[in-house]
This record gives sequence, structure tokens and C-alpha cells, in this order.
Amino acid sequence: MVDQLPAHAEPGIGRWTPYRSVLAARIRAQRSYRASFAIDTVSAFVAGLVELAEVWVIFHNVQVLGGLDFRAVLLVFGLANIGFSTAEVMVGHVDTLPAVLRAGTLDIYYLRPQPLLAQVVTSDVQLRRLARVGVGVACAAIALSVNHIHWSQATVAMIVISLVFGTVIYSSLFVTAGGLQFFLISGSEATAAFVYGGSTASTQPAAVWPGPLKIIFGFLFPVTFCAYLPALVILDLPGPPMLPSWLAWFLPVAALWAAGAALATWRLGVRHYQGGGG
Amino acid sequence: MPPALRPWFRLLRASFAAQTRYLPAVAGGLIANTTFGFLKAAMLVATVHAAGGSVAGYDLESMVAYVWLSQGLLGAVQLNGTSEIGERVRTGEVAIDFARPLDIQTSYLAADLGRNLFNLSTRLLPPLVIGALTTGLRLPTSAGPYLLGAIAVLLGMTVSFFGRYAVNVIGFWLVEGRGLRNFYMIVSTFLAGLFVPVGMFPGWLHTLANCTPFPSILMTPIDVLSGRIVGAEAVRAVAVQVFWLAVTCAIGRLLTARGWLKLEVQGG
Repeated sequence: MVDQLPAHAEPGIGRWTPYRSVLAARIRAQRSYRASFAIDTVSAFVAGLVELAEVWVIFHNVQVLGGLDFRAVLLVFGLANIGFSTAEVMVGHVDTLPAVLRAGTLDIYYLRPQPLLAQVVTSDVQLRRLARVGVGVACAAIALSVNHIHWSQATVAMIVISLVFGTVIYSSLFVTAGGLQFFLISGSEATAAFVYGGSTASTQPAAVWPGPLKIIFGFLFPVTFCAYLPALVILDLPGPPMLPSWLAWFLPVAALWAAGAALATWRLGVRHYQGGGG
Repeated sequence: MPPALRPWFRLLRASFAAQTRYLPAVAGGLIANTTFGFLKAAMLVATVHAAGGSVAGYDLESMVAYVWLSQGLLGAVQLNGTSEIGERVRTGEVAIDFARPLDIQTSYLAADLGRNLFNLSTRLLPPLVIGALTTGLRLPTSAGPYLLGAIAVLLGMTVSFFGRYAVNVIGFWLVEGRGLRNFYMIVSTFLAGLFVPVGMFPGWLHTLANCTPFPSILMTPIDVLSGRIVGAEAVRAVAVQVFWLAVTCAIGRLLTARGWLKLEVQGG
């Protein structure tokens, strides 16, 4: 029945209108509690700084780690943070799915004539997380100016590809985790291993990893493609065994793999769901 | 058991028992803790190698012991900033807690300890075994560090609770406490030494961390259990934990007493 509804049910109401109005309402709602919004934004900003401090503390003890010095790692950190935080703003709240599943309130979404994923994604866009994108942008900008970079069209292309497809990969991890939640229920913490583990992994110089970690975070959940490999290309550095720097140009392929796996997992999960009762 | 302690013990046991019903949660937690353990181990082992075999007093095997002890204790010390009471303050359900003939802070402590003792019993050993099998780690061979270590772990869990409790009852004054809880989580995990041992911090940051209760939550239990600090130094570290326990407990009690006066609940 739903499928037979014309895309433009009423003149003047486009297909995207419902999403636009829902998103606009969310954003208005967040801005109206000013004190909470301010604390949220500050804490998201501090979260980014503390993550940077973790990396910095290590480089306070050593000069070079995994072939990168602190200036080079700052670029990896910046690119990774822009991508991950952007993905978090857009789809990060898929993370709250276990709570929604347990409360049985997901069933409402099934009744509405919109794709389930689109509804979950637009249900709770969090502007405060933009503060962390800011930390990423600042780190990347500083890193791009303090490193010796031979600027060319390829460098610019690499930065753009990294930001766009890196965000796709991180978003895919969130959606993959969401799809798995339908099966895991109370074991939901397991997905933190590749979502937040993936976020942490992508800020590290992958050269320090043993083989199995390179397979897991290099190819299975391809987060090395988000920041580390692009940074190697931008800085004109060679990669470690198993992860040569030219692989970075295959970032769109890695993103396609991640997105395909995410949509397949989500579909399986949605089909598996039997309802929350009530 | 003295009758006065019986209700607390029952609360503790009930909360422990509730956790045994969520075994997938144990598996999920272990998968996450272990993955982070491998990432942390890769970075810190590479740091030890890059520094020429020793960094801030850690050699390879003691660094690996730090990594897997911290991952194993994480479930027990709960650095996540949440406490059950926060949500109940927000919804007003906390009024029911005040109506009970039990001290509110101690009730939540008993339930929290029950839950986290379960986490301790299920989540501590697997990461240590994985660490021993993959990279090899060094733990003390005498009984002393384990006995004092057990006390330090219990104290760490209690300080962790009192800290989270205090942050959550600030909800009496805030409409939405989530931002504050997030902030607390971020700062406390870092200063507790979850990602990098506090000993590797530069001097000023080390001093700053020691002015907070956070190292008492995680770093001290790890240092005592791993035998990194022994004898008088270890006893002194445990005494510092007791000091922070008293401070965080008092702050929580004060905030509860003040917040109680401010509480307004609709309906009846």
C-alpha cells in the first residue's frame, strides 16, 4: 500500500519535506535548552582535545612512532576526527538502537511510510558533535601547514577523497553496528569494538600493528583508508608491509565494501526483528 | 552478619544476581575490552621499543601488564559517568528512594558494587590470559601485592561510585545532566590512566592528575596489583585512595541533602 503512494502526494510537498521538517525541529529543540546545549558542545570539544592529549602524551615520551613524528600523526588525527565526527553527527545515534529495541519503541517506525534507516538517522541529529569536527579541522589545518608537503593536484584530490569517503566508511560502521543490534540485544557492547575501536584505530600509525590488526582494521573494517593511508600519500611517505601507501587511491573501493556490508547487515537485522510486543 | 548490614548485603547480592542474567553482555564487553586492549598494546609496545626498551619506568612486560590489567579492571571501575540515580533524579522517581528507610547514597553504593563485583569476576581474567598468551606479561609472584591489590580494587570501585554519584545528583539543579556526565567521563578516563599510564604524563599533567580522585580509581589498583609500587609506597597509595573515598563520599552527601530541599515532584 505504502509503495503505491505517489512520490509527490500533494502539490508543493516534495519527497524530502518530511525529513527536512523533522531535522529542523530537532535542531530547534536542541538550541532552545541553551545551558544544556552549551555544556554538551563544550564537552564534545573537550572530548576531541582529550583524545589529542592521549596521542600527545605518547609523543611526549618518544619522537617517532611507526614511522611518523607528532606533526605527521597530527594529520592522521585531524583527518580521522573530521570523518568520524561528521559520521557521528549524521548517523551516530544509530548507537542508541539497543535502548530503543529494549523499550519496544522501534515498532512505531515500522508503521510510517519511510525507510526505517532514514527515520532512525533523522531521529536525533546531534549538533553538539559538530564541536568535535572543529577539533579535527583545526588539527588537520595545523598539520597541513607545519608539514613539508609538495602540493599538487594529487594532494588536494587525496584530501577531498579522504574526507568524503572516510565519512562514508565511518557511517557504514555505525550502520553495521545498528544492524547487528537486532541480533545482539544485551550484547550490544560488542559493536563498540569496531565502531569506537575503529575510530581509535584510525588515529594510530598502522605500522605499529601486528598482522591480525592490519587485516581487521586495514581491510575488514577498513579504517586505515580513512586517515592513515591518505596521510602517507599527502606526506609522500612509504607504508608498512601489507599497507603500501598507494592503497590510499583505492579508498572509494574500501568505502563501497564498507557501505555494502553495512546495508546488507542492516537489511538482515530489520528482517530479523520480530517486534517488541505490546 | 550484624542486622544493620543485612539490607546492604541483600541489595548487593540482588544486583549481582541480576547481572548473571545478561551473559551476552559479558561476551560483548569482553570483545570490546579485548579489541581496545590490542590497539592500546600495539601503541604502547611500539612506544617502549622506540624509547629503547624502557619508558617512564615501564619495560615491555610491565607495560603489557598495565595494558591488560587496565582493560580487565575497566568493567569493575566503570569510568562511564553514569549512575542509576541520575535518570531517577531526572524523572522524579528519586522521591520514592527518599521515602525508603535506608540511606540513599549507601543503597546505590550497594547496588553498584554488586553489579561491578560481577563485572570484576567475569571481565578481569580473560584479558589477562589473552595478554599472557599473545605478548607475555609480568605479574608479581608473592602474595602481598595481590592482597593489597584486592583492597585497592575495592577502594577504586567505591571511589568510582562516589564520584559518579556526586556528578549524577547535580541533576537536581540541571534539567539535562547528559553533557556534564559526558564531560566527567572524558576527563576521568584520561586522568585515571585508562589510555596512557599516569606515569607517562609530563610533570605538570601528572601533578594535575594527582590533585583529582581519578588515579585512585584505576591507576592505583593497577600499580599495586602489578607490583609496580610495593611496600610503604603501596600502602601510602592506598591511604590516598581512602582520603579520596572520604572526600567524594562527603561531596555526594552534601549535594544530596541540598538537592533534596530543591526537589519538586508533580502528581501523587
